[in-house]
Amino acid sequence: MPVRQLEVTGLTCVRAEREVFSDVTFSVKSGEAILLRGPNGAGKTSLLMCLASYLPIASGTLTWNGRDPEQRPGEDMHYVGHQSAIKPSLSVAENLAFWANINGGHPDLVPDVLLAARLDHAANLEAMLLSAGQLRRLALARLLVSPRPIWLLDEPTSALDAQGAAWVEQMIDKHLQNGGFVIAATHLDLALQNSPQIKTIMLRGAK
Amino acid sequence: MSAFFAILTRDIKLTARSFGDLLTLILFFVMIGVIVPFAIGPDKTLLARLAPGIVWIAAFLSSLLALDRLFRADMEDGSLLAFRHATISLETITFAKLIAHWLSSALPLIVATPVLAVMLNMDMTVFWRTIYSLILGTPALTAFGAVGAAITVSLRRGGLIAPVLILPLSVPILIFGVSAISANAGPNAETAAQLFLAGISIVSFVFAPFAAALALKLSQE
Repeated sequence: MPVRQLEVTGLTCVRAEREVFSDVTFSVKSGEAILLRGPNGAGKTSLLMCLASYLPIASGTLTWNGRDPEQRPGEDMHYVGHQSAIKPSLSVAENLAFWANINGGHPDLVPDVLLAARLDHAANLEAMLLSAGQLRRLALARLLVSPRPIWLLDEPTSALDAQGAAWVEQMIDKHLQNGGFVIAATHLDLALQNSPQIKTIMLRGAK
Repeated sequence: MSAFFAILTRDIKLTARSFGDLLTLILFFVMIGVIVPFAIGPDKTLLARLAPGIVWIAAFLSSLLALDRLFRADMEDGSLLAFRHATISLETITFAKLIAHWLSSALPLIVATPVLAVMLNMDMTVFWRTIYSLILGTPALTAFGAVGAAITVSLRRGGLIAPVLILPLSVPILIFGVSAISANAGPNAETAAQLFLAGISIVSFVFAPFAAALALKLSQE
């Protein structure tokens, strides 16, 4: 994967005429991870949504380097938020294969990825039967069926058990080694937080 | 499978699995054709004269009924956000969704039209013209409806506002749709109406994905 770099300076986000966060500055490049910390309402999700260009930027700059100019912005990026983007009436495997097709990934990877996510026994079940943790695993499995360098994760480990959280850590670790980069909002201490390529950003929210 | 066909087949599959919704839609369409003869009274010639209008009103109202499910579910489960990262643009995705929506909400109505034809005492020529005008005109209803649904997708009670928005846009479709069935004005009036109907459908189906995708992008801010 080509080296990608993101530089953020003085970023301020305004939603509904209220400043959500102000003056956030950081930079991140391939192989690095950023953990966004902060109390509820500090603007972690809003920051991720700004980075994914769902939200407009009130002031500051957001510069991506090394992105493929042939691709549309967003095509080299995965965003996994609170909503699972999973259709309850489709089966687990159908849901995953759908996202693999949409994101230009590999539908033939679906069985392997489901095995890694420990959802292989539920592959043919309707997704409405899944528990909250299983839904989260399925949503995260989307990252693996279509490899992309930039991951934006909002609370990736919420609703997951210890084994699931370990799976996410492993997944992020491997992604960083392959030259991807991750920006994740989380309350939990990811085990890789001790690893040198991890930076932590504290968001305090608007004053 | 390409992303375009993935959207198309997923949406059709989702409709097929919620068979109750589809049945409600068809029953609603047929019901209008069933109650109007009772309301008008046993006047066969009057009924036959009103038939084109009744069919089009039934098709229009039924298409409104199906409108809300076009984008709302995708909005609520976060699929719309995830579509921003697809290998195809949101406009293309919307186009695929429009085709799927027409196949799963307008085509069943056209298939159910024979029931209405019997209830409304249509003769064979009028029946075939009705089918023809529905095939030509319903894509425009779907297209305008999609724009309305996209604009109101972030509103909780958008299901009631969308029809008000698209009503004025749908008036030409109803006018030409009915005159494509019952042309009394001139020798080639029905052909002219059919051409107008096809024209409106093609133009609206081409432009609606852009308008709807723009509305969907703005709705997320």
